[in-house]
Amino acid sequence: MTAPHAASPTPSTKTPPTPDRIQVIVATDCGSTTTKAILIELVDGHYRQTQRGEAPTTVEAPFADVTLGVTNSVTELQELSGRRLIADDGTVIRRTSLTDPNGCDVYISTSSAGGGLQMMVAGVVRQMTAESAKRAALGAGAIVMDTIASNDNRKPHEQIQRIRELRPDMVLLSGGTDGGDHKKVVELAELIAPAKPRPRFGGEYQLPVIYAGNKDAAPAVARVFGAGFDLSIVPNLRPTLEAENLGPARDRIHDVFLEHVMAHAPGYDKLISWADAPIMPTPGAVGDILQTIARKRGINAVGVDIGGATTDVFSVFDGVFNRTVSANLGMSYSISNVCAEATMPRIMRWVHLPMDERELRNRVKNKMIRPTTIPQSLEALVFEQAVAREALRLSYEQHKAFATTLKGVQQQRTVGDAFSQQAGGGTLVNNMKLDLLVASGGVLSHAPRMEQTALMLIDSFEPEGFTELAKDSIFMMPHLGVLASVHPDAAMEVFEKDCLIFLGTCVAPHGEGKPGKQCFSWTLSGARSAQGTMAVGEMQVLPLAHHESCEMSVSPEKGFDMGAGPGKPVTRTVRGGTVGLILDARGRAITVPDAENERRATIQKWLTALRVYE
Amino acid sequence: MAKAFTPGLTVTARTTYRARRVLPITGDVLVARGAQVKADTVVAQTFMEGDAFPMRAANILSANPKDLPGLMLKKLGDTVAKDEPIARSKGIFGLMKTEVKSAADGVLESISDATGMVIIRGPQHPVAVQAYVSGEVIEVIAGEGVVIENAVALIQGIFGVSGETHGPIAMANAAAGDTLDESHITAAMKGCVVIGGARMTAAAIKKAKTVGAAAIVSGGIDDQDLRDFLGHDIGVAVTGSERTGITLIITEGFGDVAMAARTFKLLASHSGRVASVNGATQIRAGVMRPEIVIPLDAAHHGSGGGPAAAAGGAVAGMLEIGTSVRVIRDPYFGVLGTVAALPEQPAVLGSGSRARVLEVATVDGSRITVPRANVEVIDG
Repeated sequence: MTAPHAASPTPSTKTPPTPDRIQVIVATDCGSTTTKAILIELVDGHYRQTQRGEAPTTVEAPFADVTLGVTNSVTELQELSGRRLIADDGTVIRRTSLTDPNGCDVYISTSSAGGGLQMMVAGVVRQMTAESAKRAALGAGAIVMDTIASNDNRKPHEQIQRIRELRPDMVLLSGGTDGGDHKKVVELAELIAPAKPRPRFGGEYQLPVIYAGNKDAAPAVARVFGAGFDLSIVPNLRPTLEAENLGPARDRIHDVFLEHVMAHAPGYDKLISWADAPIMPTPGAVGDILQTIARKRGINAVGVDIGGATTDVFSVFDGVFNRTVSANLGMSYSISNVCAEATMPRIMRWVHLPMDERELRNRVKNKMIRPTTIPQSLEALVFEQAVAREALRLSYEQHKAFATTLKGVQQQRTVGDAFSQQAGGGTLVNNMKLDLLVASGGVLSHAPRMEQTALMLIDSFEPEGFTELAKDSIFMMPHLGVLASVHPDAAMEVFEKDCLIFLGTCVAPHGEGKPGKQCFSWTLSGARSAQGTMAVGEMQVLPLAHHESCEMSVSPEKGFDMGAGPGKPVTRTVRGGTVGLILDARGRAITVPDAENERRATIQKWLTALRVYE
Repeated sequence: MAKAFTPGLTVTARTTYRARRVLPITGDVLVARGAQVKADTVVAQTFMEGDAFPMRAANILSANPKDLPGLMLKKLGDTVAKDEPIARSKGIFGLMKTEVKSAADGVLESISDATGMVIIRGPQHPVAVQAYVSGEVIEVIAGEGVVIENAVALIQGIFGVSGETHGPIAMANAAAGDTLDESHITAAMKGCVVIGGARMTAAAIKKAKTVGAAAIVSGGIDDQDLRDFLGHDIGVAVTGSERTGITLIITEGFGDVAMAARTFKLLASHSGRVASVNGATQIRAGVMRPEIVIPLDAAHHGSGGGPAAAAGGAVAGMLEIGTSVRVIRDPYFGVLGTVAALPEQPAVLGSGSRARVLEVATVDGSRITVPRANVEVIDG
């Protein structure tokens, strides 16, 4: 766990202009499928996002040059804005003066293309130092390929074999508290070094190893790795059992990402030279922005970014930030894996249209092998959104299991705790305490109707109590995360005005009941006055516009909880949005009938209530 | 401005193909520059370091790690046999001594007085690299491998399983739209690269494997059949290491889809010639598509005009009015035509999404509108 911590990329050799010299900004995010460009301009004294463009990412042969996708996406900005942004040689044009009608003042970028940053982490105890190391790697924006620990139930030779098979971009090794035992962490080093893992980009590239364990063991670890590895030693990420210090390890991961990994990826040397600020891993930038929102508003927030290959979940509960990457849960490259992990019946439970399963399986595979295609028909869209629900649900399950209190910490308990002992390692994620759920990633951000995004979020995350729902309008959070490192005010202004689109507030009690029986009664006052009741299994939308808010009192029936305890009323200020106020009396967990006709009718009822596919 | 960019796959009647054949670690190169090699010629070989067998020797002896070096019966670099004692405790008054026996045949690689761990390095694994494609060695990379060059016909598939193999091309179907079933597979196809038209059926795959065919190349495959063949589902498209005994390559996609007519024609024109094929596919970073490489003979060397003499496969390029395209997503999956219009403003699709589109004049005379993301350029 770590307190909010700004990702700090390697200092660029370039010095970006000072904020007062920045009026036109081009930012790109090179995703695994699509490269997305946005244009931000100073309009009437305010920074606004004015245009967007996108193009397929071009890391694959025969192009093998990420900058082609950048040029193509920025060319779209150029066509739409009328401002010349791309020079004849394909580079991004800079303005010569503040009155120059062509070019931009700053060009910045994030990247997750090329599979992102892939790491192997190792720690002595799986639930303690290894988990802290994993948190550091994930917080830096990495995909963790495997976690090796002394107690991971694999025999040493099996661990060595596994290390040999992996081709990570870098290794993070931790273990032992400062001043504690150092034998075990040296033993881990002795497993990794002879395994000689080969780096993903091969060749003469020496595999970077970051050591962030017991400081007393550092000399012995250095002796074990010797020549043949690019070893760097940073302060222990778990100096005591009670504390994590992930910052130094995370910063070093960013440095190595830029110095080694990016330098070997196709075309990244050019991209680095084009940009006015260091290229940040996309998830690192998103994490920075989410922490900023949570801190400024004093709320608990969850953000999700569902991409082509992976789904990232970010959470901030009581000021503690966590990020997980579900490596093979995505909507294009990994869509087939989502279907395999979730199973087809669980996906089909969200589909109200008749579909042939065999045909769907072929379509899934065709999406996997041609990942940049998009659904053209309504039927294809309904199916993709059903897959998305399961990818999101599985990713959130993984996040809840990972975002926990520190394990291994000695707990002081009193007699009063005897019946409510919370062991170390309890999840920090509490859907009842969740205030804001932010969606991003193609299938959520590009859904044709806001109602679709809202229902996908509710079905997969199952928020409880009162939860604001928002979406990143055009997946701008990565761009703004890196912009914040150059021009923080512009980043926050665009974030508030153009980035988040508030969908509304979901009002959903926790509990189970018999369908048709009353679930809760409600009263609205203030901007709008109304009252009513909801039966178990029902959904309803009340109009409440984006800038409106009002007081809402909810009285749940016995067995249902809105946050104050079963059957106890709660009054809150609720915020409107493009969808409105969503009353969800389906209970938690959400279930659908087993019988096919009944199931489809139930789904159709919910879709109709929310006007999802009108 | 009416242009857009789309990635695609290579299908060409003649191009210069260079195969870089290198060892995973340094070793010996067995052929010289200028040598003519065949697909199965071993061009380089080496020995991979053996497996490491770690043993917690100090623990076994109940000794302090610092004392371990003094208890070793073997020294670093010694060859040891499996179960041979390599360390022995002092025991109590010289009695009740405990021994550590080697976990494997190999060499004693390390003794750690910090952790008490001993590592035995097992026997080396021989690694040989074959030429894969016949041709001339144009470059020797000292200690690593070679670059082989030849004029070839080259076809990239969309997806495959299993790795490199080679064999003569055997046409199993008469037309690109014909389904490849078991009746088309004969015993004479042993060792061949079997070319089908549309979908390859599960029965055809089974029979081809039974007769010992090297590979099957066809337009499509049913996902269910592939799962049954592999015994598991493919979650992400990273393949090539399967040990199925036969390489499978599809050129178009999953389902009952015909091979592009011109791809089929190109393959048919080389019937009987030896083709090198590789099903390895990686649709991730550094994308790799499966391929069929057909080295050309001298007569072919002089013909054609290089890569531009393509035979109708998908290619990377710009979308312009008149560009030949194939639709690669339902509801028009597989439809061929030419770009008729490239409207700049996004349009609303049947799904309700807004996206940049193009209009396609199809080969059957109709006109359809599809997202730009859902087409690939093919050479017309």
